[in-house]
Amino acid sequence: MLTILALASVVLLGIVPQQSEAIVIYTGWERHALVGSDIRLSCSFFSWRWTSDDVTFSWSYRADGARDAISIFHYTGGAPYLDNKGPFRDRLEFVGNPGRRDGSILLKNLDYGDNGTFTCDAKNPPDIVGRASSVRLLVFEKVPIQAGVITGSIIGAVLGLLLLIVVIYYLMRFLVARRVFNLSVSKHGKKGKGKEGSQQRQASPLVVDPSKLKAAASEKKKQESRKDKK
Amino acid sequence: MLLLLLGIVILHIASLVLLFVSTIVNAWTTGSTSSSDLWNNCSTTNGGYHCEPANTGVWIQAVQALMILSIIFSFISLFLFFCQLFTLQKGGRFFLTGVFQILASLFVMSGAVIYTVMSPKWVPDSEAFGWAYIMAWVAFPLALISGLIYVILRKRE
Repeated sequence: MLTILALASVVLLGIVPQQSEAIVIYTGWERHALVGSDIRLSCSFFSWRWTSDDVTFSWSYRADGARDAISIFHYTGGAPYLDNKGPFRDRLEFVGNPGRRDGSILLKNLDYGDNGTFTCDAKNPPDIVGRASSVRLLVFEKVPIQAGVITGSIIGAVLGLLLLIVVIYYLMRFLVARRVFNLSVSKHGKKGKGKEGSQQRQASPLVVDPSKLKAAASEKKKQESRKDKK
Repeated sequence: MLLLLLGIVILHIASLVLLFVSTIVNAWTTGSTSSSDLWNNCSTTNGGYHCEPANTGVWIQAVQALMILSIIFSFISLFLFFCQLFTLQKGGRFFLTGVFQILASLFVMSGAVIYTVMSPKWVPDSEAFGWAYIMAWVAFPLALISGLIYVILRKRE
């Protein structure tokens, strides 16, 4: 029985990595940025293998309306190579950590001409089969409010207020009922026996305030019964 | 008594349906070739009929939120009506139901007012207000009357 289990686990361990060998790359879907600002384009990957020393990252850029992509960044052999001839020369910076599977780059001083699609491709030898992932960059003069943000916040605020009012109402009712109960208990105790004077003196400051509350509660009950009679 | 109850419930449901239809249908402004509402601007051009999402302005989102809130409050009021119908003491008033329905009518009114005031910005002069917009305005007095009836009504039997 145990041998069968051991054999099965060995076989599974041998089979599973073979099947899911593909590398999976994650970037954002779309990024919004203001003119003149900096933006960090993140790229990370998932792979069943350990991160090898020959891991490579490469970023390419295809402008909006252009037909082909140009390569703007490549990391290989432990060193990053930035664009020094293309549209991003002196504006790129490598801020990733290949040891932690992070190949992010930082774009500085954005302009309207930087609108386009950035594609990240990572390879982790021997895990090289995978699909590159793209993130779209949109540069605005003023970042627009996303559709539905204000709608959702207004609805959430009003419903939250409603919930708060309901909770406070039930809390007040519970507290008033509890105070009335406490008071009735203490009054009962006081009437029950002719206690020592010290105890009576201690009890009296407690009695003065709750008496007002009791009067208020009884008045409320009287009002309610009057309403019901009507 | 039962007839009265039925009439009130029908009034409430009618206003709720009006609110729903008005919020959903794409007919707040109509022109000869285009129509738009709270959510989409649709137009028929040479290429065909296509819609694009309404511009993400602050005020149109406020109108969206107010219409949705009015629907929610009207639903809550209907639910409370049935709750109170079975739990209220004899001679009691459907106060909570009425309050929620009146709030719903106020929300519809604010939404319609905001849309009317801001529409010169969104709607070119050649276009006219559509029937869904008119429905929103009709739903407002219906909901208000329904709410007031609830506040005045007393439970018998």
